[in-house]
Amino acid sequence: MAMPVLPPDWPGGFWAHWGVFVVIIFVFVMAMVMGFIWFERRAMAIMQARLGPNRAGPFGVLQPVADAIKVLLKEDIIPAAGDKLVHWLAPVVAFVPVLMIFAVVPFQGGAILADLNIGILYVVAISSVTTVGIFMAGWASNNKYSLLGAMRQVASVVSYEIPVVLSIIGVVLLAGSLSLSQIVLAQDIPFILLQPLGFLLFFIGGCAEINRAPFDLMEADSEIVAGFHTEYSGMKFALFYLAEYGEALAISAIVTTLFLSGWRGPVLPPWLWFLLKVGLVFFVIVWIRTTVPRVRIDQLMALAWKFLFPLALINLIITAIEILAWPAASSWVIVLVNIAIMVVLVLLWSKFFRLGGGRVEV
Amino acid sequence: MALRTEPFVVNIGPAHPSTHGVFRMRATLDGEVIVDMEPVFGYLHRGIEKLAEERTYTGVIPLTDRLDYLASMSNNLAYVLAVEKLAEIAVPGRAEYLRVIMAELQRIASHLIAVGAFLNDCGAFMTPILYMIREREKILDLFEMASGQRLTYNYMRVGGVSQDVPEEFIPALGKFVKVMPGFIDEYDQLLAENEILLARAKGVGILPKELAINISASGPVLRASGVKWDIRKVDPYSIYDRFEFDIPTGTVGDCYDRYRVRIQEMRQSVRILKQALEQLPPGEVRSDVPHLLRPPVGEVYGHIEAPKGELGFYLVSDNSIAPYRLHIRAPSLINLTALRDMIVGWKVADAIIIFGSIDICMGEVDR
Repeated sequence: MAMPVLPPDWPGGFWAHWGVFVVIIFVFVMAMVMGFIWFERRAMAIMQARLGPNRAGPFGVLQPVADAIKVLLKEDIIPAAGDKLVHWLAPVVAFVPVLMIFAVVPFQGGAILADLNIGILYVVAISSVTTVGIFMAGWASNNKYSLLGAMRQVASVVSYEIPVVLSIIGVVLLAGSLSLSQIVLAQDIPFILLQPLGFLLFFIGGCAEINRAPFDLMEADSEIVAGFHTEYSGMKFALFYLAEYGEALAISAIVTTLFLSGWRGPVLPPWLWFLLKVGLVFFVIVWIRTTVPRVRIDQLMALAWKFLFPLALINLIITAIEILAWPAASSWVIVLVNIAIMVVLVLLWSKFFRLGGGRVEV
Repeated sequence: MALRTEPFVVNIGPAHPSTHGVFRMRATLDGEVIVDMEPVFGYLHRGIEKLAEERTYTGVIPLTDRLDYLASMSNNLAYVLAVEKLAEIAVPGRAEYLRVIMAELQRIASHLIAVGAFLNDCGAFMTPILYMIREREKILDLFEMASGQRLTYNYMRVGGVSQDVPEEFIPALGKFVKVMPGFIDEYDQLLAENEILLARAKGVGILPKELAINISASGPVLRASGVKWDIRKVDPYSIYDRFEFDIPTGTVGDCYDRYRVRIQEMRQSVRILKQALEQLPPGEVRSDVPHLLRPPVGEVYGHIEAPKGELGFYLVSDNSIAPYRLHIRAPSLINLTALRDMIVGWKVADAIIIFGSIDICMGEVDR
């Protein structure tokens, strides 16, 4: 099926392209984030035998709007002993990179702000900047809970970047390009089938990176109240909130692009396919959140270094061998082989792998 | 340059999502590890023991509702049993059965909250606790039918219960008893074998058998450490000697065992409810007791197996209409004394779930 491909500088000229896409992406991300907030609250409510927001608008769809108005009108409180400048800057540093990720996400053929030839590298680099904002928030709040949450966030990002990047390299090897639209075009078979282990590792690592349950340690409300944003209120809090959901949206979009063949699909228009796949990934994230308990910080580290990291390396080596040894092999054979390898490896690894340590003698 | 580190103090509570009320842990942390912990409580002190000295023996019953507000029926029962022991009052058969039914329903309701809150502390975001609250609502509906209240029931009286249950209560209870085992299985399957829960709760916060006995812990906390001790069996009160039930015990005494013991106890409570429902006789529900009761001079200690442990009431009478002295042995407070030994050396996240697994109610700790 021929895909409608927009010219790279649509609607004509560098600045027009830039301006139009920035506005579109901003509006799109905001609308999607609000939609996702509503979606998550309703989906969670249904899973938890309750109703969820249902007063503002039909089925409560306007609840995020009502919440937004509420936080805008709230008093902005800065802790007396906090670092005022850093406290003010932190939400911005946390939120802006999330928006910037979408610059390289192809919503459909050609619908992309900047088709960088190092797109995925850019995503990896930019998404880590949010951590700086979160650490700034934790530090500037002058609150022990905030600091604990911020330290946890830094520790988890340092651990999770590596397996995430290693699992992305498998995809890059298959596609032969770092550009996100080239990766999508290379997926005649979605890479989730060709790289099942890579997908699993990326998804787990991605959940840890964006701090969604069961890795939501930095704002573990049953432990450290609200973590890094304990001392934030009003619009600054809203920015953190938006950043959190924006990251969830971003990771869903990246998973869709890297593993679920992006905008490609039969019958429906490409952008709708893209949105459906993003929604599906997000739904799985919400589903996990309502189901499982939270891991402990040392267990989180153990999972990253003892489980994800070695498996990501093995996955990378196997992928490289497959590409070198059987360049002409039928893809479907490789799919079956890879799924078998994933099952064997995961089962085998979980046998001699222990989550975290025990009591410390003090 | 050598970096210097030092432990820092965090006040977990009194206003904290996971302290189950106004409890404060003054924790000294080395990074994430707790090196010392000092429990601070008393924020909810209302002087119930002193207030009781100004009230008639019947007037104290509403005060007992406010002790462990998640198990008001059990508190009522423990108090009226103590008064009956002091004044030597006999209770009609139907009232005895109604009391047992209420106490066991209350045990299920309290354990539902305990298990749900424990899993919520583990980070299973709201799902388990909402499932459990869903079933607890049915128990509260039953209590509402019997007493008209949903939290502070004030149902038991010296010499019986305040009123007989309405007609619709028995069929509703029959239905509840029928469906509840299925729901308990559902809770069990929800997370019992979950890898993360096992990693979080197994071997965490171990309370050794000897320590549990030495601090006189009771209830599920003691039984999880492997001590087969249940007041209903070792010193049967009311009519518990007429029912068949087992005492579930744990082996190690970790958080997971405490969680398992509570789930098993709910099954046993349903078993008792089934038997009580079959045997429930007709008749009076209250014996003739003067409103201004004047028990003879003396003192008495009455205790029951409340959901959280051994709940005891020590009463001294000087033959007036009010107790001369009332002392409450609150299981929550005594179980809480093991907290420091269980927590030190674990991480912040563990401290929260160890605390949650003890299942305290601040209304009872502070009185």
